[in-house]
Amino acid sequence: MTLMRTFLGAAATLAISTAAALADPAVIFDLGGKFDKSFNEAAFNGATRWAEETGGSFLEVEIQSEAQREQALRRFAERGANPIVVTGFGYAAALDTVSKEFPDTKFAIIDVNWLEGENIRQIAFAEHEGSYLVGMLAAMASKSGTVGFIGGMDIPLISKFACGYAQGAKAANPDATVIQNMTGTTPAAWNDPVKGGELTRAQISQGADVIFAAAGGTGLGVLQTAADEGVLSIGVDSNQNHLHSGSVLTSMLKRVDNAVYDVFSAAEELETGVTLSMGLSNAGVGFSLDEHNDALITAEMRTAVEAASAKIIAGEITVHDYMSDESCPVN
Amino acid sequence: MEKLPKWADVILIPLINLVLAFLVSGLVILAIGKDPIVAITTMFDGAFGSTTGLGYTLYYATNFMFTGLAVAVAFHARIFNIGGEGQALLGGLGVALVCLAIDWPHWLVALPAAAIGGAVFGAAWAFIPAYLQAKRGSHIVITTIMFNFIAAALIGYLLVEVLKVPGSMDPASSNFPAGAHLPTFNEIFAVFGLNIFKHAPANVSFFVALICAFLFWVLMWHTRLGFAMRAFGQGERGAEYAGISPLKITVIAMMISGGLAGMMAINNVMGESERLILNATEGAGFIGIAVALMGRSHPVGVILASILFGFLYQGGGELSLWEGIPRDLVIVIQGLVILFTGALDGMIRRPLENLFLVLRKPTQNGAV
Repeated sequence: MTLMRTFLGAAATLAISTAAALADPAVIFDLGGKFDKSFNEAAFNGATRWAEETGGSFLEVEIQSEAQREQALRRFAERGANPIVVTGFGYAAALDTVSKEFPDTKFAIIDVNWLEGENIRQIAFAEHEGSYLVGMLAAMASKSGTVGFIGGMDIPLISKFACGYAQGAKAANPDATVIQNMTGTTPAAWNDPVKGGELTRAQISQGADVIFAAAGGTGLGVLQTAADEGVLSIGVDSNQNHLHSGSVLTSMLKRVDNAVYDVFSAAEELETGVTLSMGLSNAGVGFSLDEHNDALITAEMRTAVEAASAKIIAGEITVHDYMSDESCPVN
Repeated sequence: MEKLPKWADVILIPLINLVLAFLVSGLVILAIGKDPIVAITTMFDGAFGSTTGLGYTLYYATNFMFTGLAVAVAFHARIFNIGGEGQALLGGLGVALVCLAIDWPHWLVALPAAAIGGAVFGAAWAFIPAYLQAKRGSHIVITTIMFNFIAAALIGYLLVEVLKVPGSMDPASSNFPAGAHLPTFNEIFAVFGLNIFKHAPANVSFFVALICAFLFWVLMWHTRLGFAMRAFGQGERGAEYAGISPLKITVIAMMISGGLAGMMAINNVMGESERLILNATEGAGFIGIAVALMGRSHPVGVILASILFGFLYQGGGELSLWEGIPRDLVIVIQGLVILFTGALDGMIRRPLENLFLVLRKPTQNGAV
């Protein structure tokens, strides 16, 4: 009993010392973990950049199980963390519940735009627009006229990438063939670089010479195999050009880091009750250009893509969003 | 004669193993530059310090009780059912189909129906490997592992293509009707005017798990079938000579095992998420193996081991929430507990047996 009392006493002291860190922002990562070289890592980078620039500190946690989604949100909110960012649509149901319990806490959720709540900022990305541009680049860089797409888990979000990519490729070269593969139907598909490599080889044997990987950790295997086999690849979410310099044609950027950075910077002044659509017009998505892919993107390609980008922003080109009707006009 | 008194076998050895596991975990925590005392305090406080924390611990424990009992049933017949994970996934499908089938009037009606649905699906999933083992000699460890993958793929396909709510991105079924909502501990205690276990997912299926543990004990030690399974486990040839059909016992033991694993879904699918989601089982099927090993395949042992692993899950979650200790380290701690209590059991047992023999010698001489 005395042992237990010592434990509880120590815990209470601990609780008091932690409570001193009131109003720190918090970020809760999805099951993929914060070092997925992709989506969650981008969120982590945005948070870290904020911490480095302001000298502030933030709370963070990588959950282990589904039941922890609500728990982590509630525990951070109870301790006064504000604002709280959650990454991924998996948090939608949990956030819907918890945000109502803490009307004075501000929340932001990424990849969700269907919730309602005065204290929620929803941030959705127009991945189809960015994918359209890299699809154009892929078709223009391809010599065989066949380009590939390797998705992670077979969910509508990834089909949204695939559909935008196919539309872009067909826009640049109406005769282009787009081969599409999904790695799997379970969350393990996000982290299976070996299978990513196998799919890459299979697509190469079907003639693909540019392959876009939208597959989290699996994509690393795609990029690696493409480099080994001497074909081009396209990275996703973060700028992955440097991973295999000269072999990664470009990366489809999804600026989750900026979104998190903005939320943390606004702190308690964060505007909520809004749904932000991060597309080409507000630099939420795009493609990467740096010293690693200088030689791969010709001036002609660049002009064509920039023109298309301007037209999308102006509304002259409408890229079909797979998720609006769960179908794709081209494939 | 017994080398160890019973109390040493069931209490002392697991306890020493646990202490060793926590000591090594403490060293690992020290090695990454954190304070092990603070870490263990956080874990205890998070898992048992509040009724909410306790509610989470018992929620996880309920999962492990079902899968632990499932593995233990098969252990008694000396069958290694590694497929608890897949059977529990399929159980989730059964529970979801039952819950979504009609607009349930009351949970008292919905719960037995859903439990049967989960058990039938889990048992059916276990039937195929059992049949292949008994009839064709396909090794059940291999087939059950493979069936875990098939189950995951099947559930993934069904959620993405068939059960998903149109227009939603989340590969999950629609929410179950309100009548299929199981009372949580919070709601149960609210009847007595207590507001405890707030927000915790522990629900009435905890008691179903306890009933299952009791029925397990009745089955194993007080029925002919239980005797036949244990006899088969002790020696297949002998059992066959005594008129026990290996085919029948293998299939029955595996189907009871799969049924128990499938019933786990009333806790995680019906009780917690109230819809079918991907990855609903989260490894509980595998933890069940460790739980059954640690619990010596006895229902009381399984219950205690389940609570221990519930503590590790919930306490580990708190550890990563507040101490910045990454979740991977939490898995290391869980792994160390499994290693010491399961695999390294003999390391403690041998010296302890010798110790007890030395202590006992004088009385033996006296007897002679």
